[in-house]
Amino acid sequence: MTEQTTERMTDSLDSGEVAADLKGKSQGALVRKRFFGHTGAIVSLVVLALVVILALTSVGIGGWHGWWKFRWTDTPPLQNGGRPTLSLFPFSLGEHPFGQDSVGRDYFAMTMRGTQISLLVTFVVGLIAAFVGVVFGALSGYFRGWVEAVLMRLTDMVIIVPVLLVGAVIGYNTKSGGVVVLGLLLGLTYWTGMARLVRGDFLSLREREFVDAARLAGASDRRIIFKHILPNAVGVITVNTTLLMSSAILLETSLSYLNMGVKAPDTSLGLLISQNQAAFSTRPWLFWWPGLFIVLICLCINFIGDGLRDAFDPRQRKVSLRRMKETSSDEIESRLSSSLLAASTVTLDGPRTGWDGDAPGVPSGENPRDEQR
Amino acid sequence: MASYVLRRLGVSLLILLGASFLVYQLIAVSGDPLKEYRESNRPNKEALMQARIDLLDLDTPAPLRYFSWLSGAVKCVVPGQCDLGKTLQGQPVTDALGAAIPSTIQLVFAATILAIVIGITIGIVVALRQYSLLDYSVTFMTFLFFSLPVFWVAVLLKEFGAIGFNDFLADPSVSVSVALGVGVLSGLVWAVLIGGSWKRRGIVFGGVTVVSAGILWYLGWSQWFSYPGLGPGLVLGLGVGVAFALTALLAGLRNRKALYSALIMVVLGVVAMVALKPVLEEPSVWLVALLGVLAVGAGLLVGYLMGGYDRGQSMKVAALTSFAVSGLVLLDGFMQAWPEYFKLTRGRPVATIGSETPNLGGDFWITGVDKYTHLVLPTISLILISLASYTRYSRASMLEVMGQDYVRTARAKGLPERTVVVRHAFRNALIPLATIVAFDIGGLLGGAVITENVFSFKGMGQLFIQGLDHQDPNPVMGVFLVVGITAVTFNLVADLLYSALDPRVRVKA
Repeated sequence: MTEQTTERMTDSLDSGEVAADLKGKSQGALVRKRFFGHTGAIVSLVVLALVVILALTSVGIGGWHGWWKFRWTDTPPLQNGGRPTLSLFPFSLGEHPFGQDSVGRDYFAMTMRGTQISLLVTFVVGLIAAFVGVVFGALSGYFRGWVEAVLMRLTDMVIIVPVLLVGAVIGYNTKSGGVVVLGLLLGLTYWTGMARLVRGDFLSLREREFVDAARLAGASDRRIIFKHILPNAVGVITVNTTLLMSSAILLETSLSYLNMGVKAPDTSLGLLISQNQAAFSTRPWLFWWPGLFIVLICLCINFIGDGLRDAFDPRQRKVSLRRMKETSSDEIESRLSSSLLAASTVTLDGPRTGWDGDAPGVPSGENPRDEQR
Repeated sequence: MASYVLRRLGVSLLILLGASFLVYQLIAVSGDPLKEYRESNRPNKEALMQARIDLLDLDTPAPLRYFSWLSGAVKCVVPGQCDLGKTLQGQPVTDALGAAIPSTIQLVFAATILAIVIGITIGIVVALRQYSLLDYSVTFMTFLFFSLPVFWVAVLLKEFGAIGFNDFLADPSVSVSVALGVGVLSGLVWAVLIGGSWKRRGIVFGGVTVVSAGILWYLGWSQWFSYPGLGPGLVLGLGVGVAFALTALLAGLRNRKALYSALIMVVLGVVAMVALKPVLEEPSVWLVALLGVLAVGAGLLVGYLMGGYDRGQSMKVAALTSFAVSGLVLLDGFMQAWPEYFKLTRGRPVATIGSETPNLGGDFWITGVDKYTHLVLPTISLILISLASYTRYSRASMLEVMGQDYVRTARAKGLPERTVVVRHAFRNALIPLATIVAFDIGGLLGGAVITENVFSFKGMGQLFIQGLDHQDPNPVMGVFLVVGITAVTFNLVADLLYSALDPRVRVKA
């Protein structure tokens, strides 16, 4: 991993930091240090962990009932019109902190169940899509030629297949309980952005000197991919997996909202909103809670992704004139040559190579939000 | 170049063929086309089922059925011969598409353009003030907007933007506390926006708070919300502000010729507004468009006549100012029509569903206001959710560019910061954005499925969803075809645009 450290570090103009950071630290340690310095990301990580723990333990999983007194299917008698009993000053949960729906089901239990399902789908989609995307991107970026042609045309084809249609097919063919299947199949259509990004990264990495060196030393293709290129692409992959997940949760809730994803009797955050939007004027809490949890989860994942990007790729740190003056000339030179190298390997098929994008989305033109609009 | 384009088009055609086959098969397994009859108790159930089977040709396996659809679809190459089948109701799909496409464009076009302009502006400003309070607040806001589920936002907007605002308009009085609250809020926003030392921020905060609270209270007191309007005086004042802002941004205030040509255009605009009042009582769309073109032309002419060392700048500034002033005049016209529209809609002007009030009638101004009140909520929700990505992209791109050596060179030459930012950095920062914008415009026709659904807008998304709901393959395929073709075309356009804008990227011919 040593060549990787120097490669990435000379890209940085933060000369002072580079000098300090280079002292006997591995890439992993550097990334960890920078990530833990990112307040927003750490706070989000903690909040997300709390949400996961709350969702898992309160209503339980499988046969385990959890510590909350109601199940999401119980129908205790309606109290006080189902109004939420949660109060912050003084803090007390009351009988039904999030209120009850029209038939009396405890809304906290339902929201927690919905959070469980939505998170499950999100993680499955994220992992499957990341895996397929990395395999496709790595193969086409490394081998080029007909492998690239076939895989990328296949990618182009999958891109224009509407995700909503896939959702409808899944919704019709998997009856209730097919949540994992839903995530799996959505993941199988959601990898295209990742494939393009990884391919772009591989295209520029395979032209680097350290790959030539490895090849001259007699390393096999498999060794070069796994030991030399993939560790260098791990930043792009991690960051985009996070962003993929944040758009996956919106995708899942949107599909459920359109009655195409998770179906009753099981529930998800999108389905809860869909079932209760008509009651906004009479029972607004039925509408607020699931939405707040969607926003909370998505916001946390986005901030974690932001922190990861800053940690893996510190190039967008502040560019100050004072620091630039302190930067030694050879560092500027190496930065210049590496950027020229990156530019020369950019071909028209991958114009966004080397620009792994700061936006919380996939910059390959496949804006995940399009599905959500 | 030509061979590259041809090859790409050929490959795109193959991709479309493959994808359309895949989509057709997916539609076939996305539901039971006979569901509505299976559950019914009607005596002629069997006959109805048989009719539906014949109509959709269900006895033929789906892979073969695709080819009969394709044989109709390929005729679209010849204009007028297009046959995309019929919907279950017997309407030709081409007609349904013809009705849905303009509706979708109406909905998505303004939202996309506004999101792009606002997003890029915010992104650039934030990049120039990296790690300031403004940067952090905008970053948080963009992440928040990006995390909002659109159906949730849309329902909230309906509740507060339409129902709440209509309630306010029924009795438009602004209490002192509300005016103060809004004033403090805008004071905070401006203090963060302006930045600088704490003393400066304090002055900005105090000033903005007092002024905006005062204005709001005055507007409420003078019944402006019931009878809005700008009048020549306000148009003149706002126009002068626009003239100064545009000159400062594009030419620098030291370029007096540019400033004077912009100011001349403001005066001319107000004179024209007063002089053309009788003509503008009941204009046609074409007249308004013509006047707009004339305004821009007059701006160019005045800028040219003013001359100076940089004619281009004066022309640009004058034309843009003139365009903005015509926009203000138009806005004034719509505002004048507001009281009448308010009466026509029985006091509920902001609509929650649909794209127009049925049987409204009325002249250019009334129908215009009607369109805006229907478009405003879906447009806001679309802008909110797509703003985030543009802001993040342009911020990243601008930061990348500001660290480049040529920006340092420009500074070292002694150029003013405005020139460095606007001429050297901003233009180059737009290059990667151009491809993203091209992609997004390519995806426009797909419509905003969920937004259309929530606001009952009859566009492409609704056509798609309803076709899917009723297992009606032809409209779904029609929408897919239109969206697929535009997406593939704009994909190509984006790549060509990128190589045209950035000479380092060359086409692999």
